[in-house]
Amino acid sequence: MSRLLAWVLALVFVWIVNNQIHHFIDPYILSIVIFAGINIIFATSLNLISGFTGQFSMGHAGFMAIGAYVSALLSTSFFASFPQLFFVVIFLSGCIAAVFGYIVALPSLRLRGDYLAIVTLGFGEIIRVIILNINSLGGARGMTDIPPLSSFGWVYTGVVAALFMLWRLTRSSQGRAFLAVREDEIAASSMGVPTTHVKLQAFVIGAFLAGVAGSLFAHYLSYLNPQTFDLNKSFEAIIMVVLGGMGSISGSVIAAVFLTVIRELLRPLQDMIGIDLRMILYSLLLILVMILRPKGLLGTKEWIDFVPRWPKKVLRQRRPLHEG
Amino acid sequence: MTEFIQHLINGLSVGSMYALIAIGYTLVFGVLQLINFAHGEIFMLGAFVGMYSALFFGFGQTSSLLGLFLVLTLSMLVCAGVGYVIERFAYRPLRKAPRINVLITAVGVSMFLQFTGQLFFGSDPKFFPQIYSPAGYWSVGSVQLNPLQFFVLGISLCLMMALHRLVFHTRMGRAMRAVSFNHDLASLMGIPTNRVISYTFMVGSALAGAAGVLVGLTYPKIEPLMGVMPGLKAFVAVVLGGVGSILGAVVGSLILGLAEEFVVGYWAPTYRDALSFGILILILLIKPRGLFGKIQIEKV
Repeated sequence: MSRLLAWVLALVFVWIVNNQIHHFIDPYILSIVIFAGINIIFATSLNLISGFTGQFSMGHAGFMAIGAYVSALLSTSFFASFPQLFFVVIFLSGCIAAVFGYIVALPSLRLRGDYLAIVTLGFGEIIRVIILNINSLGGARGMTDIPPLSSFGWVYTGVVAALFMLWRLTRSSQGRAFLAVREDEIAASSMGVPTTHVKLQAFVIGAFLAGVAGSLFAHYLSYLNPQTFDLNKSFEAIIMVVLGGMGSISGSVIAAVFLTVIRELLRPLQDMIGIDLRMILYSLLLILVMILRPKGLLGTKEWIDFVPRWPKKVLRQRRPLHEG
Repeated sequence: MTEFIQHLINGLSVGSMYALIAIGYTLVFGVLQLINFAHGEIFMLGAFVGMYSALFFGFGQTSSLLGLFLVLTLSMLVCAGVGYVIERFAYRPLRKAPRINVLITAVGVSMFLQFTGQLFFGSDPKFFPQIYSPAGYWSVGSVQLNPLQFFVLGISLCLMMALHRLVFHTRMGRAMRAVSFNHDLASLMGIPTNRVISYTFMVGSALAGAAGVLVGLTYPKIEPLMGVMPGLKAFVAVVLGGVGSILGAVVGSLILGLAEEFVVGYWAPTYRDALSFGILILILLIKPRGLFGKIQIEKV
């Protein structure tokens, strides 16, 4: 009960901060904070698929694109006169993205490892090319005039909701099924875990959250372009997951915030020499992490594993997640 | 009819480019079971090395066959060197790591080459010097044929035959086949597997470098991100032809090149990239071994 209370308090805190934030943060910092929030949702959603369930997906930006475009369509048509129903738009676009997650996962999950990676990459590209060719979505010109509804409050409500969902999910019997599939699919299936079903679930939930991230993204920038959701966007999510630790929600959160901030810190340098240094840094980080610390910064640990004995109650209630 | 033959020739010439890249993929996949994502970037490096060496030696003002062969050799050598370095410093430390880690590293290497390429070469497209440009067109009936395309096709065929000789008629080739058959057994039989893997990387990279120069000749606009799509499509071609089979890689590439050219020419020009991924998904679902595949894809 007290844990639930903590999440509710977090939500209340988000909305209190939302009303005051303009007084003590300038808009530029606020935009970084909001992008960090969107990246947190995006990275943790991929972590469920790649980190917890071990299915290496390289087309995650495709689901984000679907969420973004569906929400933009909804809020410029049906919901145009009801901006207060923004959360319905977010939810619906997440659901559509989840449907696509199901459609993509159903055939892809017959494959493993490298093949799954390249097929999901292919699906991501196909989604992008199709959006690029739909004229009513703006095609290559992009989609403009999306109402800027993503406030700090909505973005971080999304973050809290996503983290709550993932945290509860990965600590349930369902979550242990995800881990079992990652560790050894054959052993898991011989223990009665319906592996295909579990993988499908991971994809659908991951796609849902990516769709949510996409709709928040669309309503923050109020402009969408298919080019945003190219391979590099998927790679960005992969880097966040790998850097933070495959199978660590806190790791993904830290990595998402870190990479968003780094990107802004590099911006002056980038303007000076005109090259996107960010991607060079990302790729170097990726190679070095894989060679020097193959499990990522936090491995499969969560932040709570690093907390000393002070909050006894929380420690006791935490079920062991990774044995051995 | 004229249009049809034109598309046919274009498709074959694009397909032969894919083939040169795809062979490198299939060789590396054979010995390491690794999709070397950085392969498309080596192709890009090949084009740039070709361009800079041609400018350095001053080829390009006049059409010279000797210049072309010099540039081609140089670019193949440099690419072989880069392939060696990548294998030695990015992949070899991970020889015992889980495959997903190696895959992630490959993605990292690929991105690193793309963006350092932008840093050094600039992100704007460059013009590849016309080292060898045969004059005029061959006309057969009403069809105009560009002799350069046939020349390029010829060079890639020669390279493929050389590769075939290397893999099936030399000691090193036999070692390569042994390693790709079973890595551990080969090493028990006294084959220096690390050296064989390095060698395989170098051969594959050299072919990709040659493809870079040849693409520069036929489509003289080169840029640091030019390797991404050909790299991925060459992989599609590999899967289409059957992973691990050199003949399969060549046939798959030609089919893919033709399919692309015809679909783009007659039906939907903007779906070029989606088409090849569509083919990939279909092949993996219907016939995951590909056309000539020997290796079972899903092993338990």
